[in-house]
Amino acid sequence: MRSVALRVAVALATGLMLALLALPLAALLVRVPPQRLAMRLADPVVLDALRLSLLTSLAATAAVVALGLPLAWLLATRRFRGKRLLELLVDLPMVLPPTLAGLALLLAFGRAGLAGRAFAALGFSLPFTTAGVVVAQVFMSAPFFIVPVRAGLAAVERRYVDAAAALRADPLRTFFGVLLPLARPALLAGTAMSCARALGEFGATITFAGNLPGVTQTMPLAVYVAMQTDLEAAVTLSVMLLVLSCTLLVALRVAPLGALWRRPDAERPAR
Amino acid sequence: MLSARLDKRLGGFQLEAALGIEAGRTLALVGESGAGKTTLLRLLAGLSRPDAGRVALDGEVWFDHAAGIDRPPWRRSVGWVPQDYALFPHLSVRDNVAFGLRAAARPAAEVRGRVDAALARFGIGALAARRPGALSGGQQQRVALARALVLEPALLLLDEPLAALDHRTHRAVRGELAQLLSTLSCATVLVTHSPVEALMLGTRIAVLEDGRLTQEGAREELLRHPRSTYIADLMGLNLFRGRVVGRTRGGGAWLETAGGTITAPDPGTDDEVFITVSPREVTLHLEPPGGSAQNLIRGPIAEIVPEPPHGDRLRVVLGSRPPLVAEVTADAAATLGLRPGLEIIASFKASGVRTYS
Repeated sequence: MRSVALRVAVALATGLMLALLALPLAALLVRVPPQRLAMRLADPVVLDALRLSLLTSLAATAAVVALGLPLAWLLATRRFRGKRLLELLVDLPMVLPPTLAGLALLLAFGRAGLAGRAFAALGFSLPFTTAGVVVAQVFMSAPFFIVPVRAGLAAVERRYVDAAAALRADPLRTFFGVLLPLARPALLAGTAMSCARALGEFGATITFAGNLPGVTQTMPLAVYVAMQTDLEAAVTLSVMLLVLSCTLLVALRVAPLGALWRRPDAERPAR
Repeated sequence: MLSARLDKRLGGFQLEAALGIEAGRTLALVGESGAGKTTLLRLLAGLSRPDAGRVALDGEVWFDHAAGIDRPPWRRSVGWVPQDYALFPHLSVRDNVAFGLRAAARPAAEVRGRVDAALARFGIGALAARRPGALSGGQQQRVALARALVLEPALLLLDEPLAALDHRTHRAVRGELAQLLSTLSCATVLVTHSPVEALMLGTRIAVLEDGRLTQEGAREELLRHPRSTYIADLMGLNLFRGRVVGRTRGGGAWLETAGGTITAPDPGTDDEVFITVSPREVTLHLEPPGGSAQNLIRGPIAEIVPEPPHGDRLRVVLGSRPPLVAEVTADAAATLGLRPGLEIIASFKASGVRTYS
């Protein structure tokens, strides 16, 4: 009796959850007919936002990988005082409200900000520039790369690292020849997640970099603006964002295309 | 030529060992699990750092605590084959074998030539394109050996090289390994928990017990004069320590041991000596025997074990202090009605006792 009740409860909760996740996406996809969608793609507002979004999120991802990888390695392999504090700092952007992050960035890099004054003296400024968009995206998306990559690196068995060291490989070679290849799934997943996060970033961007078409108006910002005047353009942009994000997950093997409809294998027995 | 002195403290465990082995020879370190064998190899490879001591190979100092020298593993001419081989799962057999040469920045043509030669030497050329996951245990071992030896290390470290193999391949691979070791020009240190492997593979053998080397010597010397109960047990010998307390006129002596007095040929010294008695020299009786046997030990039978491989002989362990092992035929055991718990008298002649310092 109890097992029946439990099943009903699980089915009900699962159904509601899935409906909540799928219904909005379906509504988005059916709103504008495909032919209209294809026509609107050539709209300069749409194109500008698309170009800017691709440019900034790729730049942000490149920066996150280049700057995040050494940090992920440090956190995965070293023990030092204050490590927990550092981890907290890395995790924080995942739970911070993005507008708060944008304001914080403004106070740091704005004209009168902590580092902004030094920047101004050197003759450049971040707020309300495309570079500012990238900085906001890096801030918000870094943990989505560092956290899984750190876990992936830490999960590489010690014996492989030792074997490499005994085979004349210095730490740098061991890192690129053994650690990174063995942590590849985590690396791809982390890259995909942080890129997707950068692509969808809204709050920190609009607060820190503003909403200038062609300069700082990325796709999520363009969606927000278009919504009030041109719903069709907003839907077009949203569908494109959705397709881009899905493509990203598939391309970096977070969700392999062939496996989407397959019944997953039973868990492999431990070796 | 390896010469090493190593101290390492790990929690409550203290490893303290001095060892050496010449080029072309194999030192087999034998000991129970937890004796510190793997730790010792890691210290030699530079994978963990000794608290004190010195490691030198052919006059090259790899570690010297006093002088502050500690070469990292990648700057030591070492071949390390861990127990589970640790073949890189993301690389083919060929790339595994080539890994060290590439890391050492050898030219591509040289890498190709040496890897080809190593693959051929170990009979794994046909597996070159495979991943380690698709290999049998014996094949993995050959790849691991090829990967280590292609670098022509000055010191080869083998950690339980046969432990990961199933019973059937074990024997064949043991023969191959013995053959291989006899052809190597480097110094080899091999650790094993199996005294049989140690005796088969080592030119010198050291016994590691609880972080300390209790006996070390050439294989032949060890077999002739065991000085630890571990080796004596392995060879099935009764081993005691004792000291002369009196001498007979006929060249005999009484030796005082922990378990009582033993009559033996005079060892010619008043220092403490090792005393061995072969179980075959020990006979068992229900009543005190007459005749010429001068040593009698009384005790209950603790255990009766068939003596492999033929099984027509039995080893009878007496719960005396110290325990004494007798070897009897199955017929004799039946006649005497031997069973655990039975109170029995063991005897052996003075002439059956060997002593050495």
